[in-house]
Amino acid sequence: MDKLKFASVWMGGCSGCHMSFLDLDEWLFDLAEAVEVVYSPVADIKTFPQHVDVTLVEGAIANQDHLELIQTIRKNSKLVVSFGDCAVTGNVTAMRNPLDGAEVVLDRAYKDAQLLRPQVPHDDGIVPPLVDHVVPVHAVIPVDLYIPGCPPPAKRIRAVLQALVEGKSPEMIGREMLKFG
Amino acid sequence: MPRTLTINGQEVSAGNEQTILEAARDANIRIPTLCHLDGLTDVGACRMCLVEVVGSNKLLPACTTRVQEGMEVHTDTERLRAYRRQIIELLFAERNHVCAVCVANGHCELQNLGIAVGMDHVRYDYLFPRLGVDLSHERFGMDHNRCILCTRCVRACDQLEGAHTIDVLGRGARSLIVRDMNIPWGESTTCTSCGKCVMACPTGALFKQGSTVAEMVHDVEKLAFLRAARERKVWNV
Ligand code: SF4
Ligand code: SF4
Ligand code: SF4
Ligand code: FES
Repeated sequence: MDKLKFASVWMGGCSGCHMSFLDLDEWLFDLAEAVEVVYSPVADIKTFPQHVDVTLVEGAIANQDHLELIQTIRKNSKLVVSFGDCAVTGNVTAMRNPLDGAEVVLDRAYKDAQLLRPQVPHDDGIVPPLVDHVVPVHAVIPVDLYIPGCPPPAKRIRAVLQALVEGKSPEMIGREMLKFG
Repeated sequence: MPRTLTINGQEVSAGNEQTILEAARDANIRIPTLCHLDGLTDVGACRMCLVEVVGSNKLLPACTTRVQEGMEVHTDTERLRAYRRQIIELLFAERNHVCAVCVANGHCELQNLGIAVGMDHVRYDYLFPRLGVDLSHERFGMDHNRCILCTRCVRACDQLEGAHTIDVLGRGARSLIVRDMNIPWGESTTCTSCGKCVMACPTGALFKQGSTVAEMVHDVEKLAFLRAARERKVWNV
């Protein structure tokens, strides 16, 4: 049987969900046996490939790049998984939403709070512009599975991946699997 | 005279003054609640406790509906489960709940109900309203972002402390919990700083000053104890 083609992406999140993924410690060796990693922030692959079986998406949709990449991800992946609270709810990344758009937030961070050379970084094609309203992944594309948690505990991630590797659908019930935060 | 009814097919006898919720509890049948709190009067605000009663096409809140002879109650049907999940999702969508950075994370009734109803995500658009935090009181704080408008604080302040400092301003989802004539909490002249509202709050909306993420543990049992002590002179801890 072909190995499961596995991808993970890092969108508007802090990378904490990926850190928690790395917390799977030696089980990662078992996982590496069972899947082929075709795209991930921990692998040096530049473009999102075709024919992916499972993609874990960390982070909310917070900038223009995310908006574009998430469409490619959906097109090329059989199963898209919202991975962690930022992907599932917007979470901390979306805390700027009540504040009337990206500009006020950028000004606060890069101008008001800076003494030396206050300026908002901008570079067309390099620094992606922020969207005004951060949204969870399922607000933009259909999502097949949700793993809540900020970050999801390693045990929860393992339970999900274990099931997927075995071709089963994971049982998302109870505190162990569903607690946010 | 006691009443006989069935709850989920199980025969139950209850006092004629009892609500469906009380009767169910005596029979060890759990009905999820949110605005109900032992020791306070019920207002039927949150609709978590809705049950089906055979012969009625309306769903009835168990906390405010009295038992009747021969009633056939169902508390855990597919329809009820779907509604309960919807209610919880709407509460999450209505204000800004960021469990990861919330004082009540891990000790929150809303969060626990999310788990109980199997909420893995919220299907409604989040509203992201712009709401404030009142830190003017020297010991307590109020974060409107986490408030679900259950009015447990209002009733605790009125019925247990007798201060009636707290009230609801406005209508619907845009209501706000306010103190006196909508003044900062710290300036209230009627607040006795007893902290009963903080004990009563199911979420991270009311907290002790200085609590950080996951540190705010509410003390709801203490309120039922206070009421029993006052009304029935029962002082068992
Ligand atoms: S009040 Fe409860 S549900 Fe809301 S953010 Fe805090 S812990 Fe989460
Ligand atoms: S501290 Fe006591 S008096 Fe003040 S608002 Fe809360 S319950 Fe009412
Ligand atoms: S402050 Fe707490 S107790 Fe009061 S209405 Fe809001 S959620 Fe309920
Ligand atoms: S607990 Fe009955 S309506 Fe809220």
